[in-house]
Amino acid sequence: MAGYEGMLAETVMFDGHDGDLVSGYMARPLGAGPYPGVIVLHEIFGLVTHVKEIVRKMAAHGYAAVAPDLHHREGPGDPEDVAAVVREAGGNPDARTVGDVAGAAALLRSLPYSNGKVGIIGYCSGGRQTYLAACSLESLDAAVSCYGGRIAAGPGDLNERQPVAPIDMTAGLSCPLLGLFGAEDASPSPGQVEVIGRELERHGKSYELHTYEDAGHAFFADYRPSYRQQAAVDGWERVFGWFDKHLG
Amino acid sequence: MCAGTVEVADVEGSAKGAGGWFSVSRARAVYDHPFHAQSDEALILDFANPERGAGSRLAVELSADSARELVRIIERALEAGQAQHRG
Repeated sequence: MAGYEGMLAETVMFDGHDGDLVSGYMARPLGAGPYPGVIVLHEIFGLVTHVKEIVRKMAAHGYAAVAPDLHHREGPGDPEDVAAVVREAGGNPDARTVGDVAGAAALLRSLPYSNGKVGIIGYCSGGRQTYLAACSLESLDAAVSCYGGRIAAGPGDLNERQPVAPIDMTAGLSCPLLGLFGAEDASPSPGQVEVIGRELERHGKSYELHTYEDAGHAFFADYRPSYRQQAAVDGWERVFGWFDKHLG
Repeated sequence: MCAGTVEVADVEGSAKGAGGWFSVSRARAVYDHPFHAQSDEALILDFANPERGAGSRLAVELSADSARELVRIIERALEAGQAQHRG
């Protein structure tokens, strides 16, 4: 008989950027720990069911995970409706995102069952924000960026909310980075992924970039037609291999 | 925002959503990843009233061909209807 398994999943509030009280969704194994922490950054669609499922998947693998609602301040409301407001505004302000990630990391480290390590993973716009946060903060121990568009943004992609391309912050990357991409993706395109790899190499960073053939953008998103089973299964193995290696 | 830039227009009119009719003051259009449409990209069209909160929103996700066909029938309906009503 297998051993007892259990988890607790719930809405949490924590101090985000500028001390704002921000909501998030958290899951953790029921046990004494110690457990590594993982921050999950949602796609542009906000803190929807798919993201909550990822948080619970992390907990099932032995991590205390939290997905901050990066659109908290534009709410309340249905995540998709709130996301439409954020899209119109030009996306999340980068400084606010980094502040919210710092708050989420502090939350995870404050837990009595934390092992003191915190990783981060993000998808789509959250993949870009993962790269941004990992280059901006020193409080992260491992990062996984999944098909983050506009990491290698051109001048036309920048605005007041997102004034600097994350790739131009690469020198500040303070933890090992895993990047997972699809060869059929247009944002980021395979060419942009090559540019990211060259920049990481130039700065002597610890990283791995992997591009899946027969997959495009959002191949982990199992509620959309972009889902690619083979890429997703292999991708999850790489994600947990990365976190087990660097956060365990 | 993952890839697309949102085009915005101030509009006057009404839309009917899950909660009934509401006045709309904003239209948004962006070609980006849809949430519900079964395609990798779609034209996402919103009719919204930001003053009433994020939930005052009627959303449509259309394929590119469908969106262009919508533009054509709107133009045809406007041309024919306005001519008819002018008498």
